[in-house]
Amino acid sequence: MNKNKWMFLAVGGAAIITVLVTALLVNIFERKSEEKNPFYRVVEITDDIDDPAIWGKNFPHQYDSYLKTADMTRTKYGGSEAFPHIPTDKDPRDVVSAQKLDEDPRLKIMWAGYAFSKDFREERGHAYMLVDQIFTERQNVAKQPGTCLNCHASTYLLYKKLGDGDITKGFEEMGKIPYKDIVHSVQHPVSCIDCHDPSTMSLRITRPAFMEGIKLVKAQQGIKEYDVNKMASRQEMRSFVCGQCHVEYFFKGEEKRLTYPWGKGLKADQIMEYYKENGFKDWVHALTGAEVLKAQHPEFEMFNQGTHARAGVACVDCHMPYQRVGAMKVTDHQVRSPLLNINKACQTCHNVPEAELKARVETIQDRHTSLRDVAFDALVDYINDLKEFKDEKNPSETLMKARALQKEAQFLFDFVEAENSSGFHAPQEAARILGLSIEKVREGQKLVASLRAKKVAGK
Amino acid sequence: MSNFSKLNLLILVLFGVVIGLGCYSFIYAKGYSYMSDDPKACVNCHVMRENMDSWQKSAHHHVAKCNDCHLPHNIVGKYAVKALNGWNHSVAFTLQNFHEPILIKEHSLKVVKSSCLTCHQPMVQAMDRTDKNHNEEANCLHCHRGVGHVR
Repeated sequence: MNKNKWMFLAVGGAAIITVLVTALLVNIFERKSEEKNPFYRVVEITDDIDDPAIWGKNFPHQYDSYLKTADMTRTKYGGSEAFPHIPTDKDPRDVVSAQKLDEDPRLKIMWAGYAFSKDFREERGHAYMLVDQIFTERQNVAKQPGTCLNCHASTYLLYKKLGDGDITKGFEEMGKIPYKDIVHSVQHPVSCIDCHDPSTMSLRITRPAFMEGIKLVKAQQGIKEYDVNKMASRQEMRSFVCGQCHVEYFFKGEEKRLTYPWGKGLKADQIMEYYKENGFKDWVHALTGAEVLKAQHPEFEMFNQGTHARAGVACVDCHMPYQRVGAMKVTDHQVRSPLLNINKACQTCHNVPEAELKARVETIQDRHTSLRDVAFDALVDYINDLKEFKDEKNPSETLMKARALQKEAQFLFDFVEAENSSGFHAPQEAARILGLSIEKVREGQKLVASLRAKKVAGK
Repeated sequence: MSNFSKLNLLILVLFGVVIGLGCYSFIYAKGYSYMSDDPKACVNCHVMRENMDSWQKSAHHHVAKCNDCHLPHNIVGKYAVKALNGWNHSVAFTLQNFHEPILIKEHSLKVVKSSCLTCHQPMVQAMDRTDKNHNEEANCLHCHRGVGHVR
């Protein structure tokens, strides 16, 4: 009896050990094969497939994280929170992000007379880029050209279709068609094909506007005939693919050609000089009659003025850091704020506790926000000053100058305001631009004082 | 053969299978390589690939291998720490529950610091290595971060 019991235990023990050893062996085998085969070709991907779900069959980890851009999470100064929205015929969304116009009504004054003063919500993740553009109230206020799709949809296949294989020709054609007529030709927000070559998976630029813009920038550095897809380094590409859209831009001429104003450089004041030379305006300000500009989202330009760019860090290093999946290293395609992923985004380089890193970033953003508020108050003050001269039939030279100063002050301020990092990408540069904006207001207010003096003397 | 001895034989066979399977797993996973000082053993685990790559380009490449810095320089301590780290690493990698980027543990950091002195003692012995205000030992790696490999 006793012997039987021991045998029982021995067999049972041997069985358990066998299970554990086999499980370990299989685990080791899996890790080894993961390392050998970073992906399995389940489907053939060609240059004519833009559906990310199909690419996702070969690259399930990248695709899974890409889908997570639908998550809505806040940081102290950015990100987005989900707000319920009652669906209507015009706007069937059941969730939207915060209305920034209500959070800071000064925005309505700055953009008076422009579509942005009607609807300006917190930016959401890439998953929403297309729906949020289709259903913004701005579509109902102003007629938008097809050019807008360049950055809000996966347009690569549409370029090829409209240009008979020539993406630059297709890009030009798309801009000429009204938004409402062309939006049905696209299906997806930014997709794999917009940044990756399907045959090698290496990064590529698909947006002609960026090819042309970066050529101008490189020319200033003495590099002639720059072809971004042939001459850019791997690390450069890890920022350039983002720079295809996260930039300041304008629609050139009747053809509405998407153009990046980089002819004089990437800095806000250089861009403003460029606009000045071209006499470009976005609209006439409803409160002051000044011709003004709307800055867009110049993350690429601003980041390039900062210390991280100087150190050779790319957008992807912080916004899409590597994650480990088993034995594989996978780029996290959930593009998001590094503040939501501090250990992988920051600690790869900064050997500092997470809480300390978060505090550093928020200190920069706190200071930035307080300076931004000072500059914003100054700008709004100035717009209120100019209001009384709005209806001048024959504006004097002084008034024209004062209006031009509003244009400059407003563009400089808006450049910083529209940039998505709340000052983090280049804190000193953002402060310099805000200081410059305040300086323009100060110069303008001197002119307003002389205009008022003249008015009083005239009476 | 009696009934009892047949059962005995079965058990012996079972144990043979377990031992065989265990030995095969050990060989398949290159378990024996962990007894050596060869840096290649460290990249059996794919997680260490970057450390290996950057070590090969580092200043210490020609004079120090992984074990020269990461293990104590006496035979007992060396294999004790090797066993402890080996256990921790294999558990972490199998369960996939480690912090990214990988952080060195306090006891391992002490080993690394003392390894610096093993070679550099003659040069630095005149330095006061203690910060009296904070009762902290001076940390070579605080300034010489990239000597071994990138983190």
